[in-house]
Amino acid sequence: MENYDMTPISATGSIVGEDSLGLEVASQWKLMWWKFRKHKLAMVSGALVIFFYIVALFCEFFAPNVPTTYLDIYATAPPQPIRLFYNGRWMPHVLGLKFDRDPISLRKTWVTDEEDVVPIGLFVRGDPYRLWGLIPSDIHLFGSKEPDAPFYLLGADMIGRDVFSRVIYSSRISLTVGLVGMVIALTIGILLGGISGLVGGALDNIIQRVIEILMSIPTLPVWLALAAVVPIHWPALRVYFMISIILSLVSWTGMARVVRSKFLALREEDFVRAAILDGCSQVRLIMKHMLPSFMSHIIASVTLWIPGLILGETALSFLGLGLRPPVVSWGVMLQDSQKVAVIARYPWLLAPGAAVFLVVLALNFLGDGLRDAADPY
Amino acid sequence: MWKYLLRRSLYAIFTVWVISILAFAVIQLPPGDYVTDLVNQLRSQAGEVSPEWEARMRAMYGFDDPFIVQYWKWIRNIIFRGEFGYSFFYRRDAGVMIMERLPMSFALSFSSLMFVWAVALPIGFYSAVRRYSMVDYFASFIGFFGMSIPNFLLALMVLFFTYKYMGGAVIGLFSEEYANAPWSWGKFMDLMSNIWVPMIIIGISSTAGLIRTMRANLLDELNKPYVETARAKGLSEARLLIKYPLRHALNPFISTIGWMLPGLVSGETIVSMVLNLPTSGPVLFNALIRQDQYVAAGFILMLSTLTVIGTFISDVALAWVDPRIRLQ
Repeated sequence: MENYDMTPISATGSIVGEDSLGLEVASQWKLMWWKFRKHKLAMVSGALVIFFYIVALFCEFFAPNVPTTYLDIYATAPPQPIRLFYNGRWMPHVLGLKFDRDPISLRKTWVTDEEDVVPIGLFVRGDPYRLWGLIPSDIHLFGSKEPDAPFYLLGADMIGRDVFSRVIYSSRISLTVGLVGMVIALTIGILLGGISGLVGGALDNIIQRVIEILMSIPTLPVWLALAAVVPIHWPALRVYFMISIILSLVSWTGMARVVRSKFLALREEDFVRAAILDGCSQVRLIMKHMLPSFMSHIIASVTLWIPGLILGETALSFLGLGLRPPVVSWGVMLQDSQKVAVIARYPWLLAPGAAVFLVVLALNFLGDGLRDAADPY
Repeated sequence: MWKYLLRRSLYAIFTVWVISILAFAVIQLPPGDYVTDLVNQLRSQAGEVSPEWEARMRAMYGFDDPFIVQYWKWIRNIIFRGEFGYSFFYRRDAGVMIMERLPMSFALSFSSLMFVWAVALPIGFYSAVRRYSMVDYFASFIGFFGMSIPNFLLALMVLFFTYKYMGGAVIGLFSEEYANAPWSWGKFMDLMSNIWVPMIIIGISSTAGLIRTMRANLLDELNKPYVETARAKGLSEARLLIKYPLRHALNPFISTIGWMLPGLVSGETIVSMVLNLPTSGPVLFNALIRQDQYVAAGFILMLSTLTVIGTFISDVALAWVDPRIRLQ
């Protein structure tokens, strides 16, 4: 048991043994990769995260429909499971829907229509779209082969839009709001943390007090207050950037602390002393010697912080203070499910919540694995 | 110790002061004020409102004063008279509204903290002692699960299940007969029997972090030579663990209150909104939307102050437990 943490090194050892030259130098990144590879859950999560980002990048292609098309006769249609065989023959299809009235409650209920078979195919032609708003196309990864027959993998929302397509389109917004906010937080954090750790003295003291104050404020009330300030008539893109700035306002503090403590620790290291004695300039010292040695820690911290930003955006939008329709994000979609009576009847409206959960879970596992691997020695 | 205490309390007071400025400034950010709203409302209902009347109203509320003057009037009344101003929307004393709701917020956040501790301490301890056991894996999985699900979504799902499978039982802090009753032993017990659902929902997201901290700290301690020595001397395993490593690993438990409290208060705010609990969340949300500035500023100030006090207590407790900190 105790040897568990030592294995990567013995792995190196075995490679050294096999090598006829007798000596091989593994870079820090290589060591980290070896250690990371051992963390199976983190590997799977990493693949999942990459997959999610690819889907977000090409969401127009992956979604069977465009998020704005609606068929109001199919409002609140339930999910249609894909069936693979028809009369014993390989033919992926879904069954059509027709509605009926419950004889007692007189409420509209959906029943599957065994007669109405809607074939499903790969690379079908459907709603026209422009990839990234530029390249026109109408090919979708999969979808209904009959353009008029609906295909609701995860059901339809209150006005008959495809929930599955909207979840996929939302990923582009929800996954990047975190990234934009992170870049801002990272810049402020590294800058102030660096100054704090390197210069020290009164400036360090002031920055630390500011961080302490910001950290002791409960985030959500402040986010709510700031988000309530964003004017209703602003265009969607401006709101998007405003929300990511609001989210990053609070999260840079943690980053600044990490950077500061790293700089403080590194100042005492021999290789930094040697660089100073060699007459290295400040800029070169930071960029060439100090920053690379804790880059891995920063990457791990970033991975662990993006989930917080994603959750923040979802919470704000859910409450109606974040992004607003026509922008689709997971939080915006969840606005529909604020009332229990609604979810009780149409539970598939919670699908975006499942997407949030999966992404955040994957990012947490990935970040955890990266953090363990960040220090391979 | 006294010097440390003095320094810490000065920091805490300074922090609250800065927060009060921030809270008041943020509330003032949106264009227009309550009088603008009122005038729009009157115009849409009854027709004409003279500009003179509007100006008089504005002067009455002091909305034309520069920021510093408005801030000073606000904070002066809070400090010297305990008055938080007036709720324009509810036409009530903002202070009374805050006092109605804040204790419930405090009770909920505090019990969530207790829940997190009660769960994380034994599980973290066990995970460290029996590393890579089934319990260790299971605990960290549950922890990650709680960390990854947005707490408002968890609240929604709990609502969904109670609605669907328990015949529309309502989740609240009080049963119907106690909701508006004055405080009594019965009401307290009623609160205790109802509080656990929101408490778990709010607490679960912080549990994972604390389990990991506990586990990592205890593991660090377990690898130290003094543990080896104690074992070599023939101390029983239980006594060995509890006597020193556990006590050592407990320090971060106290210090984590500082960073957990803001998260718990945030969680309390949004979960209360979803479950519509009689705490500060729903009222704060309404106040922010309606530009009910004194209510919103008052709530933000008081919630933050609670957090700062919590952090202060954790700092002091930590210094009391760990001499290395107070001597620094």
